[in-house]
Amino acid sequence: MINRNEILQTIEMIDQQHLDIRTITMGISLLDCADTEIDRSCTKIYDKICRLAGNLVKTGADIEAEFGIPIVNKRVSVTPISLVAASCGAPSYVPFAKALDRAAREIGVNFLGGFSALVQKGMTESDRTLIRSIPEALAETQLVCSSVNVGSTKAGINMDAVAEMGRVVKRAAALTADQGGMACAKLVVFANAVEDNPFMAGAFHGVGEPECEINVGVSGPGVVHHALQAVKGQPFDVVAETVKKTAFRITRMGQLVAQEASARLGVPFGIVDLSLAPTPAIGDSVADILGEMGLESVGAPGTTAALALLNDAVKKGGVMASSHVGGLSGAFIPVSEDAGMIAAAKAGRLTIEKLEAMTCVCSVGLDMIAVPGDTTAETISAIIADEAAIGMVNNKTTAVRIIPAPGKRVGDHVDFGGLLGSAPVMPVNTCSAADFIARGGRIPAPLHSLKN
Amino acid sequence: MRAIVTVIGKDRVGIIADVTALLARHGVNVLDISQTVLQEYFTMIMLVDASGCTVPFAELTQTLDAAGEALALKIRAQREDIFNAMHRI
Repeated sequence: MINRNEILQTIEMIDQQHLDIRTITMGISLLDCADTEIDRSCTKIYDKICRLAGNLVKTGADIEAEFGIPIVNKRVSVTPISLVAASCGAPSYVPFAKALDRAAREIGVNFLGGFSALVQKGMTESDRTLIRSIPEALAETQLVCSSVNVGSTKAGINMDAVAEMGRVVKRAAALTADQGGMACAKLVVFANAVEDNPFMAGAFHGVGEPECEINVGVSGPGVVHHALQAVKGQPFDVVAETVKKTAFRITRMGQLVAQEASARLGVPFGIVDLSLAPTPAIGDSVADILGEMGLESVGAPGTTAALALLNDAVKKGGVMASSHVGGLSGAFIPVSEDAGMIAAAKAGRLTIEKLEAMTCVCSVGLDMIAVPGDTTAETISAIIADEAAIGMVNNKTTAVRIIPAPGKRVGDHVDFGGLLGSAPVMPVNTCSAADFIARGGRIPAPLHSLKN
Repeated sequence: MRAIVTVIGKDRVGIIADVTALLARHGVNVLDISQTVLQEYFTMIMLVDASGCTVPFAELTQTLDAAGEALALKIRAQREDIFNAMHRI
């Protein structure tokens, strides 16, 4: 039998250290919902999601009760809508977003991702329509999330799409100005997007994925932080070992829940995403882990090295604990969703430039960052281009989820509520990149030999 | 199906009797039991067999949780698998 200390340790992790399953996400292929009539296509989409994911929320709640482990979110990801909608020829894809939103409400999930397009090399007519529809789609729905992949290591960066996404982000913010630009919190611009990511707002169900599958995202920054408190002052070898052991335990739990959900729903198990995803709750912060390693604040010199160690050790510990690892897998650093990051950004200890450096060594990117409302579309595009370049050259996923909060200035605050948290408005370098963005075209794919 | 029942709270007379009576009413068999009192705090861990449980296991966990509140205790029932997954390779 499991011994007493192990049982109490597990309970303490759940009760006091915020250990939870962050999300069970059902990926659903909508390729068979394409139709030349937009209304028919929307009906097929609604019906298919309700049919396959109708029991998702209840199953999640049952597992939660039986195992005593909180499952914070139940979500759905679908085939990028630009592919599903291509044959309908409609001038706007907002009706698709509304159908997805209705389905998400009906089944009771809290987000649905996949109002997406993959345009790293070029755009189809359907991709253009989808991207043009994003601001209205996000402003007129509540639960739909959108993502656009603008670059990859193999294809380079589509700078026309980057330029367009700067304008889309601005328009999405303007349409939801009364909510602090909330639509932008549901929009991710990727490079090297993954097809099996269970986390929002960037989740979509890639074309290489099966008809339907269950992906699980684990979390547990609080547990790692607590484990590191027991090895104060010890060398990094000990720190890395401690993180690995903790990540192993967390991931084993994720694997168990994923297999259980998969069996109960009769849907194949896809992957476990080994991520440290913070929440705004006190004690559930990635920034606190970096602090525990010896930094006065996240953002201090040494932050990038500390994060590199953390990210790598989480993967090493988690990989053995799960039969299939995928998704984004790494430490997340969303500013508005992490109490430690919020505090550091407010105090001016954490800048966008430092965050950009941090994204070189962790998943995912510049995430949930509020910037002044008068930040230009070109500047936002240029920030996206920088982040996509990091992803492209380093062969990793990077993303930008940035909110140019309408009417807000540096020092102001935007509140999104719930898991999305609240963000201090951070200063942006105001030197113009307008001529750079106006060039358009493509940045060629990088060379992957002669490495220096 | 085996589960771990943990009971944590301020010590008083009759905690074991209260909890085991509740489990017995639901057809749950106690296989192993250990308990200590540390600084007036009572901690009991039971390994139980819930295969004869008269209600769905998720419902039992809710019943125990509610009973715990009435008795000023934290009573939890969790499937044993979660502890095995976390602590055994």
